[in-house]
Amino acid sequence: MADIDVKVSSWKLVEVGRLVLIRSGPFEGKLAAIVEIVDHRRVLVDGPSTEEQKIVPRHVLPLAHATLTHFTIPQLPRAAGTGPVKKLWAKNEIDGKWAKSSFAQRSERSDRRKNLSDFERFKVLRLRKQARYEVQKSHAKARAANKS
Amino acid sequence: MSDGQTKQFGKSQRVVPADKAQKWYPVDDQSQPKKVRKTLRPAKVRETLVPGTILILLAGRFRGKRVILLKSLDQGVLLVTGPFKINGVPLRRVNARYVIATSKRVDISGVDAKAVEKISAPGYFTKDKKAEKKTEEAFFKQGEKAEKKVVASARASDQKAVDQAILASIKKEDFLGSYLATTFSLRNGDKPHEMKW
Repeated sequence: MADIDVKVSSWKLVEVGRLVLIRSGPFEGKLAAIVEIVDHRRVLVDGPSTEEQKIVPRHVLPLAHATLTHFTIPQLPRAAGTGPVKKLWAKNEIDGKWAKSSFAQRSERSDRRKNLSDFERFKVLRLRKQARYEVQKSHAKARAANKS
Repeated sequence: MSDGQTKQFGKSQRVVPADKAQKWYPVDDQSQPKKVRKTLRPAKVRETLVPGTILILLAGRFRGKRVILLKSLDQGVLLVTGPFKINGVPLRRVNARYVIATSKRVDISGVDAKAVEKISAPGYFTKDKKAEKKTEEAFFKQGEKAEKKVVASARASDQKAVDQAILASIKKEDFLGSYLATTFSLRNGDKPHEMKW
């Protein structure tokens, strides 16, 4: 018989240690770790972030209000208290990893764009135009060089 | 009361008075005037309308233009200037309601305070009365050649005096001049209620 290559699926699971992004409620947009699974639709989360404004207090969160992320805190003991979670959070550099993720960067960018003032919007318009002009210029040059 | 007239009703006659007596009469001998509880209060200027703020005009002949606020006059009226050289908006009074205040401020500390004082005095913007009255003849003549409106030289010099210092401070920042020169308009997908100014 031929060898069968069995691979473990790389699904994001609801598991202890999984980091979730909270999508609604008072902690919207913040990151928290699953500490305990209450039932099939609710989990106990805790987000002792190192940054003051990003802290999520320990509470029960419906999974419908959360998005699973790719990040986990490996070997987080079940029902660990805020202290140990905080220690492991810092050790795994969760905040740094999250800030580097494309989702966080994209949302930060869109936030920044949304909060531009009228003058800043105008400057963006102008600078983009300038950049486009340079690109088109070099493009035209390359095309002309290719032709001859 | 006049006497009225005598009217025939069948066989009998009756005097019908011209003015009938009123069915009711006022209880008070003298009516009290109604108390008015409204008072004339000075208009409150929005916090964002600080002199030097760049405004977007929303109504009138110069709608869409970005102008600089010089001073807020009484009754919610604002004194603005283009500056005239940049976007063609002269010294002008606008209603504070039809204006968006942006967060951008221009340094106008160099502007001659006396000139602004003079301009903001009541009566500065009122039209001069025509010296000669229009005759019928002149009315028919006006179609032949249009009389060009002459800008008072005093107005023009005031405009220059005020704009001079503003133009100098505008020059110091990149893009600011061209920002003031362009008009504001909404584009596809713009949500003005969600935008920051």
